[in-house]
Order: sequence, then C-alpha cells, then structure tokens
Amino acid sequence: MTSLPIPPTGLRFEDIDKRYGSLFALRRVSFEISPGECVILAGRNGSGKTTLLRIAAGIVSPTAGKLSFPGARNDFVPARPGYVAHTTMVYDELTAEENLILFGKLQDVADPEARAEQMLREVNLFERRDSAVRTFSRGMRQRMAIARALIHRPSVLLFDEPATGLDPLGISWLANTLREVNRAGCTVVMSLHGESEISALATRAVQLDAGSVVADTKTGATIRSVLSFGGG
Amino acid sequence: MTKRILLGTVATALVIAAAYANFFIAPTERTMGVIQRIFYFHAATAWAGEMVFFVCFVGNLLYVWKREQKYDWLGVTCAEVGIACISIVLITGPIWAKPVWGIYWTWDARLTSTFVLWLLYISYLLLRTLIEEPGRRALLSALFGIFAFLDVPLVFFSIRWWRTQHPAPVVMGGQGSGLDPTMSKVFFFNVLVMHVFCAFLIVERYIVEKLRHDVDLLQREAEVQ
Amino acid sequence: MSLLSNTSALLGKELRTEFRSRELLTTTSVFILIVLVLFSFATNPGTEEARQFAPGLLWLAILFASSLMFQSCFLREQVNDTLSSLRLAVSDPFAIFLAKLIANTLFLLLTEALMLPFFAIFYNITLWSQLPILWLVLLLGSAGIAVAGTAISAISAQARMRELLLPLLLLPLLTPILVVSATVTGGLLDRDPVVQWKGIAFLAVFDVVFLTALWIFGQYFLEE
Repeated sequence: MTSLPIPPTGLRFEDIDKRYGSLFALRRVSFEISPGECVILAGRNGSGKTTLLRIAAGIVSPTAGKLSFPGARNDFVPARPGYVAHTTMVYDELTAEENLILFGKLQDVADPEARAEQMLREVNLFERRDSAVRTFSRGMRQRMAIARALIHRPSVLLFDEPATGLDPLGISWLANTLREVNRAGCTVVMSLHGESEISALATRAVQLDAGSVVADTKTGATIRSVLSFGGG
Repeated sequence: MTKRILLGTVATALVIAAAYANFFIAPTERTMGVIQRIFYFHAATAWAGEMVFFVCFVGNLLYVWKREQKYDWLGVTCAEVGIACISIVLITGPIWAKPVWGIYWTWDARLTSTFVLWLLYISYLLLRTLIEEPGRRALLSALFGIFAFLDVPLVFFSIRWWRTQHPAPVVMGGQGSGLDPTMSKVFFFNVLVMHVFCAFLIVERYIVEKLRHDVDLLQREAEVQ
Repeated sequence: MSLLSNTSALLGKELRTEFRSRELLTTTSVFILIVLVLFSFATNPGTEEARQFAPGLLWLAILFASSLMFQSCFLREQVNDTLSSLRLAVSDPFAIFLAKLIANTLFLLLTEALMLPFFAIFYNITLWSQLPILWLVLLLGSAGIAVAGTAISAISAQARMRELLLPLLLLPLLTPILVVSATVTGGLLDRDPVVQWKGIAFLAVFDVVFLTALWIFGQYFLEE
C-alpha cells in the first residue's frame, strides 16, 4: 500500500474550542497522539467526534486553540492528512481513474497517472477504472474514498465511521488495509461506534462527551468498555 | 444610559432646529419656490446615508479580519439605518422633482446609484435572514457587504459616463453651483444634524442587537440546564 | 506555480464534467433563446425602435441566463462534499474560484456563440463587420458576470432559498456590466458603427476590481 517509508507524524490538540453561535461543539479539547499510534475516537452522536476530525483534517477552523503535527515533514506547511468520511468526496460524473489523477495532480504527486493506477490496483478497482463513480456500489465507493485519501501518501489518516454501510467482507478488507497502513508508519485516528475487527486494531481510545474529553485509555479492557459505553 | 439620553436629546433638538432653519431661516428660492426647502433635508440625508454605508463597509472589513461579533452588529445596524436614510432620499426626491421639473424620476448618476445601493443593502438584509448559524451569517453577509460597497462607485460612473444622452436635471444642485450663503449655511447645518441623528439611531439599534444576542445566549444556557 | 497547476487541473475537471453531460450548456442556451423570443413578442422586432433596444435585450438575456447557470456552480460540490476534498487538496483556495470562473466565462461565451445567430436574425442585424470587437466586449462582459456570479454562488449555496437568493444578490451587482456592455454593443451594431474604447476599458476595470476582491477574500467564502 505504501511502498515508501512515511515520516512519522503525530497530532497535538491544544485547548481546541469550536463554537457555532452559542453552542459549543468542542470545549477545551487537549490531547496528543504519538506518531504511528492507532487511536479510536469514541462517543455518542453529537459528542463532537466528527467536528474534531474535520478540524484535524483542516476543513473546519477551530474557534480557539491550536492544532499541530509534531514531526511533520515541513514545519511551516500543515501536514495534509488523508480524510475519509461518510461521503466519498469524489466526483460521481468522473471515472475512478480521472478522480484519482485529479486529486494526485492537486496534491503535487509525482507521476499522478502511475500513482492512480497503483492505488486502483491496491483497492481492487482497477477493472472499473473507466467507469463513472456514479455506478459504484457502497463498498466500491468506500474503496474509492480510501484511494483518494491515500493517494498522496499521508502520514496521518483520519476516518469518520469507516465501517458504515460495509458488509462483513468489506469490514475485513478495511481492517487489513488499516493494519498495513498503520504498520507502514501512518498515524490513524478513527471515530467508531461499537466493537469490530477494525476497533481491535487500536491501541488507545479517547472518549468525547458533549465536546469534552472524558476518557483516554490504552488498556484493552477499558478500550472495549469505552466503545460499548459510547456506542450509538 | 445618561450618555444615550443626552445624545437622543441633542439629536432631537438639532432636528427641530434644522426644521426651523429650513422653513424660516433659509430664503425662498427664486425659481422653485417653497418646495425647494425639502432639498436641505433630502441632500443632507443622502450624504449621511452614504457615510453610514461607509461605516457598514468598515464594519464588514473588520469582521472578516477580526471575527468579533460587535463588528457584525455594527454592520447590520448601519445597513438598516442606511436603508432608512436612502428610503427617505428616494421618497423626498420625487416629491421635490415633480413640481419643479414635472417628472417624478430621472435616471441620472446619483439617483440611479442611490437606488442600486438601496437594492444591494436590502439584499444584504435578506441574505442575513436566510442563514441560520450566526457565525456563518456574519461572515457571508460581511463578504457580500464588501462586494456591494465596491460595486457602488462602479455603478455611479457607469451611469454618469454612459447614460447622459438626455439632458438630465442636476438633482442636487448644491455642490458649488452658487448657493446663496445663507442657504449654504442651512444646508451644511442639515448635514451635521443628519449625521448626529444617524449616530443616535446607530447607537440605539446597536444596543438592541447586542441585547438580542445576550437574550439568545441566556435562553440557550437555560435550555442546557 | 502551484496556483496555476491547481487551477488548470480543476479547470480540466470543470470542463470535462460539463462536456460529458452538457446539461448546463443546453439548458442555458435554450433559456436565452426563449427569453429572446419573449422579448420579440413584447417589443416589435422589425421596427427601428426595436433595433435600438436589441443590444440591451441581448445583455439582459445573458444576465438572466447567468443567474440560472451559476446556481449549480457550488451546489454540485455539496453532493458528495467534494468541496471539502478540494479544500484539503489544493494549496491555494483561490484556485477553486479561478477554475470555476474561467469555466463559467467559457460556458457563457459558448452559449452566446450559439445564440448570436438567432439574435442577428430576429433583429435583422449584421454582425460580421464588428465581430472581433464584439467578441472582445462579450468576453469582458461575460468575465465580469462570471467573477461576480462565482462569488455569489459560493454565498447562496450556503443559504436557504438559494434559487431566489442568487439573482437577488447578483443582478444589482451587475448593473455596471449591463449598462456599459449594452451601450458599447449598441455602438458597434449601429448603422455607423463606433468602437467605444472607454467602455471596453471600464469593463476590464470592473473585471479586475472583482477579481482582486475575490482573490483577497475568496478563502473566507469557503470557511466552516
């Protein structure tokens, strides 16, 4: 999946606030993720997981606080994480290959055509490379989204409920992919509901409730309890 | 509170003084007669309105830069007061023009750009009602306000340079067209008065906006508990 | 330069997407045609007075068509939240705007090209002699419409009642374009054609002012 070594990069949240009007989506969130960790963000719907991930991705700017990426390749340019959410974030009207080449070019990937082909093979979409994404099934779309997120070899990967809508085979495949990526040195942060093959990969769980961190644990038993407590 | 009362009293007193000056101190104009007296009020309100929109523009820029709510309140306040001023201008203009020139309206540069200005800021207020989230509403309306203000000189010059085929009466003949010295003084007094009055309106409206925000905040905190 | 390469990649995407479906071009062209026909019913195309109105009506039709055309500009990025992935991927958010406004200008010019023959026929106007300058005016005018339209569509996409809001915000802003383009076009199509360079320069100034404003403030339009 990632043939070249990835420079290890962590994430640091310092006093992150996110306010929408008078509503606090996130309140003084502070914690640090070490390079190469695989962390679960747990919590009920509305606890702030999606907002925190979008802030980490750089799509949402925090009202207060600071986000940094210790160890990133270039200290002056914020690290560009790979981000996978509920939607594919690719263009339905373009083919799989066209989409990947576009995102490759935008992110200054060397030889985007070759890289796109490589990614398509790795996510098993090479046969459908000339089909419009509009024709893809849910599982294929998820694979498309992952290819898009990984095309520029990010050192941080952010997943917002990655298993939604996947069948058991899809979940297995995703777990394998995440395991490989994490093993290659990519830091993985994912928000999950409940236990699965994917949650078993994590070595740490951070639980959010009403926008604040309420638990941060590394032991297996408590990770499972955090997941089941905060599930749904 | 006392400063507000003082400002309000001074503003009202000045308006009364200006009205007196318009009717009793200024001499009657030779050709147009009594109806010309509305000109002082009309032109002064126009100048004040333009100044108010400029303050709105500054507020918009400051909001985009600093993201402090007070600049958003300033923006919406000035937009409303400015629209009130311009509405007065657009109503008093035809009242004056009809007896004097026999027409209600003319598409000269000043009137037209004033009307487009009015339309733009009405749209600004409409935009605000159509965005729920306060932060987004403040930012997007500030951005539109900036674009709107940048447009106004372009509108003015486009009309002035390309729509003057028919001889258009100069609606505001006040600028250097040889006003009688007393008339001149009355005019500039009106300008001062309208600026003070607009300042008073802005202060009061701003306070209403701030109160509205505070009430909203309290309501939400009450809901959480 | 990153901005240029990002813009060209995104421009490629905009053009490819549109030419695959051609929905925007066809619907806008048909709309302009309908508007021109309706204008013909409202006026009296054969007469001399109608000839004088014709340039204004042409630009009015273009303006109305543009307020439809720009609806989808940022709405289509909301479907799969591609706006987020674009913002993640590009180094300068202005590239997103630049690509869209270049594409929108091209689409407008294409619909104008399709529609000009009908215009010439309905109003019995010969365009040939002034075609190059006419195209310059169409280019500068359409670019101005596209710059303002792209900015406004980014705003209206985030508000309610966006179909009504977009024309409401856009059309007053475009008053200078309408006035000057109509006048200059009128001068060109007159029996004794005259080229009003001052007007053409004015259109260029409008384009530069709004392009600069968009360059400075563009990133804030897309913030969350």
